[in-house]
Amino acid sequence: MEVTIPTENNGTSWKGGNEKPLGASYGKMMMWFFILSDALTFSGFLGAYGLMRFKFHDSWPIADEVFTHFPFLHGFHAPMYYVALMTFILIFSSVTMVLAVDAGHQMNKKKVTFYMLLTILGGAIFLGSQAWEWKNFINGTYGAVKLNDGKIIQFVDATGEQISLESFVKPLHSERTQLTRNKGVWFMKEAELPPFTLNEVVESFKANPAISIRTELISPETKAKTIIPHSEAMGFLNEAKSVVMGANLRENEYGKTLFANFFFFITGFHGFHVLSGVIINIIIFFNVIIGTYERRGHYEMVEKVGLYWHFVDLVWVFVFTFFYLV
Amino acid sequence: MTHAQEHTSHTKLIWKVFAILSVITIAEVALGITKPDALYLTKILGTSPLNIIFLVLTIVKAYYITWFFMHMADEKKSLRRAVVWTSVFLIIFLATLLLIEGSYINDVLGPLTKWNY
Repeated sequence: MEVTIPTENNGTSWKGGNEKPLGASYGKMMMWFFILSDALTFSGFLGAYGLMRFKFHDSWPIADEVFTHFPFLHGFHAPMYYVALMTFILIFSSVTMVLAVDAGHQMNKKKVTFYMLLTILGGAIFLGSQAWEWKNFINGTYGAVKLNDGKIIQFVDATGEQISLESFVKPLHSERTQLTRNKGVWFMKEAELPPFTLNEVVESFKANPAISIRTELISPETKAKTIIPHSEAMGFLNEAKSVVMGANLRENEYGKTLFANFFFFITGFHGFHVLSGVIINIIIFFNVIIGTYERRGHYEMVEKVGLYWHFVDLVWVFVFTFFYLV
Repeated sequence: MTHAQEHTSHTKLIWKVFAILSVITIAEVALGITKPDALYLTKILGTSPLNIIFLVLTIVKAYYITWFFMHMADEKKSLRRAVVWTSVFLIIFLATLLLIEGSYINDVLGPLTKWNY
């Protein structure tokens, strides 16, 4: 009978012992398995998104009509350009990260420092871009009307292009003001009122025969939202409940509320990963500067945070595909 | 890859991979903006050919990031398979079940949704 007894324990058991069956150090191997589990978490979220998308595939918002903003180009219809730019920023910060790892293999402290700095900058720019994207989505572009059963009605001009409420609604000088704490009972308040009342929207719509409405329903032939002629539109507007401006977790002017929910949750979860990645990168950056890895004799720590950083990029590639392209 | 080689610089390979990833992203964005009718409005394998193209290009990108940026190509076969096969199998399993269920719910629910008022 043979029994394996660790006869020699020269203080390395904590790091996985002397045997390395997978040929990677304990830290690197565990980083890989963390990435594996995190990848499955993201798959769960994206899978749930896919389930809901297939469930409502005839009435899901069209991404090209939702994300159309670009900095400094107001009113210019620029679908996808901005998110493509964000993708490039993240891929490029992945490149500088792998360059830092490469420089680490050559024990080149100066180069590692420089590339880590670029990586951190790339991550910060990406986070800022994502905040801007959220801001546009939350504030909305056109405004819409929600029906009693939760469906969203948008307004289009004679050519079928979507138009904003501002462009045709005439204020009727209603007396309704937002209830704030200093106006009523001290504990009562309400959310910010939409810029127009429902009555103003409906009256302006009636007075303007050139415009029409469209529903969320996507025609399978043209893959465009169904436009209802002006004469039949009142049937819908008689069911109207409220004016919706922008998107949040309860309502979404672009269509299904679920779209906003998943967008906030998945891009938010990814953004949180980017944020933690930036923070970890900053810590490692300072460790590089003070020479921790120079003294340790290798830059494996840069490699390990690099793995995490590339994973964040990898997830974005999928988020980009499923939220913006497909 | 031997240990001695690790100390030589791979900068050339890195820039090459970056070029490939950029070209793929530009192609995706160009297709996403133009949406050619022949690819967008036709149907193949239950979806449009455009969606299939996006999916394939995404997987190609994921391959390049994992293999060359995360250096999966340099890891031992055992580690590579433990990570890649596990994730690929579980993700395909999950996605298949969820998407089949999603389109079943659509078949049942779709006709019940009211679109006339």
